[in-house]
Amino acid sequence: MPNKNTYQLAFSLLILMLILCFIINISLGSVSISNSELIEIFFGSSNNNTFKKIVLDYRLPKALTAIIVGSGLGVSGLMMQTLFRNPLAGPFVLGITSGASLGVALTIMGSSVFGGLLANTLVSKWGIVAAASAGSFLVLLSVLIVSTKIRDTMAILIIGLMFGSITTAIVSVLSYFTSAEDLQQYIFWGFGSLGNLSWEEVFILLIIYSVGLLLSLASIKALNTLLLGENYARSLGLHIKKNRMLIILATSLLAGTITAFSGPIAFVGLAIPHITRQIFNTSNHKLLLPAVFIFGAIIMLICDSIAQLPNSDYTLPINVITSLFGAPVVIWLLVRKRKMNF
Amino acid sequence: MKLVKDTPKHVVLSTKDLAIGYTSKNYKNTVASNINIELHCGELVGLVGANGIGKSTLLRTLTAIQHPLSGTIILNLEPLSGYSAVELAKTMSLVLTEQIVSKNLSVFELIALGRQPYTNWIGSLTAKDIAMVNNALKLTNIKDIKNKKCFELSDGQLQKVMIARALAQDTDLIILDEPTTHLDMYHKAYILKLLQSLAKETQKTILFSSHEIDLAIQLCDRLIVMTEDEVASDTPCNLIIKGTFNSLFPKDLITFDETNGNFRVKK
Repeated sequence: MPNKNTYQLAFSLLILMLILCFIINISLGSVSISNSELIEIFFGSSNNNTFKKIVLDYRLPKALTAIIVGSGLGVSGLMMQTLFRNPLAGPFVLGITSGASLGVALTIMGSSVFGGLLANTLVSKWGIVAAASAGSFLVLLSVLIVSTKIRDTMAILIIGLMFGSITTAIVSVLSYFTSAEDLQQYIFWGFGSLGNLSWEEVFILLIIYSVGLLLSLASIKALNTLLLGENYARSLGLHIKKNRMLIILATSLLAGTITAFSGPIAFVGLAIPHITRQIFNTSNHKLLLPAVFIFGAIIMLICDSIAQLPNSDYTLPINVITSLFGAPVVIWLLVRKRKMNF
Repeated sequence: MKLVKDTPKHVVLSTKDLAIGYTSKNYKNTVASNINIELHCGELVGLVGANGIGKSTLLRTLTAIQHPLSGTIILNLEPLSGYSAVELAKTMSLVLTEQIVSKNLSVFELIALGRQPYTNWIGSLTAKDIAMVNNALKLTNIKDIKNKKCFELSDGQLQKVMIARALAQDTDLIILDEPTTHLDMYHKAYILKLLQSLAKETQKTILFSSHEIDLAIQLCDRLIVMTEDEVASDTPCNLIIKGTFNSLFPKDLITFDETNGNFRVKK
């Protein structure tokens, strides 16, 4: 078993990598800004106002969002996998993202379908956040209520997919009747983006994300106990229902708000916990959760750097990169299932 | 002196006129009733009976997973229903038949999870917790495998680890549901022998359900025998004298040999 020092070394390396990726991420973009210029900007001695604006008001919030999105989705995916005892669980698979999509679709497109002044006032950033969070929470809650009736985990997975189908169908109906402008807004939200957030929005995201993260820290002990199965966990004095709600609340806060602000980011929530388990070779959430947190942030920063297509005028939707990176990982995991750590 | 004579051994668990079974909206299915048993400190107690007679239902009721239909269960002088989840976890530990979800835990980590009722909000192990885990490793003789992952273990080793986990939970009562299934003849005897020595050494009460009636008769201080007519609880010798084992199974295939204390197939 690796001892404490090995883990300390691994964590130091991860944090170093995170800082490195953060710097690389900030230095890359469609406009080429030299390293010396970057340093001047951060120390406030730069006179180039355009570069200052690009770095401080666009690249910096974008990099912070990437860290929040990667770590938040990774952590919520980890919690879902342990709670549902299913290595293929994640916010995406269990319909939490489709729930958020439905909420956002209702707010963006509902206004033109149903009309009315009230609906129009809902289409603010706050309205979208609230709708996405509510949508994801409701879907996850429904999946969970059904899961208490059925013990088969594969059945729960299928039920999650069914909820996804239902929400997709409702979104289709809305899309059919909505205005082209609203539809475009919704589709752009669906591409996923880390770059459209103002400092104020990053701040709002950060607050809700922090609450979700604190709740996930509070459920580390419960998550470890759940590794034994629910009956053993109960015999160890764990309140299954209370802790289940805590884990779901943390997940829906994290995944729900992240999805609301940056769109449905694919595969990160599923793939990051697996990659981390393979590297750290542990199931102990006291190590796994912080490791997933840092690793998620690193991967997201790298994905975003690639999506920027440095020194070109084009930017790919972030989902293209995460899926191109995530899907092969999932396939690789399935092929290697015999050796998979869970 | 008189006090000692009146209570020869501290009673850990007792039931009074207990009836067990299942209820739904319209009907009540009583599996067994009139159960009066007493488990004492430091005793190894076996629960035997034919398939479907209600052993699991009895264990589920004694471990507060399901409610009794009527009657009372007293655990350490307090009614079982009055225990909070954490209090119960500090008094009673379980070894179940189900597989644990994650076999990627190391043996030490898994046994340390037995300390959960005592640890803080994030589950940090204190020096006392680590000492308890090491003691459990020593008592079950598995010190040499403490850094192995659970998926590397044989069924026999895994069962010892699960028993060590229950020991680390530091409870007066340990209940095991069929701890010898899936094990070969040697390991069946080994596990039950281990339970016997643990009961003696630690003065814990150990209750297990089993189909190994021959072994249970040889090793247990007390047996609870569930038959169609009654739930009998006594020492193995007294039960043999009373002829309880004759009514354990239908008589068409096997009979109980009272001189040897085992069952024989009719030829």
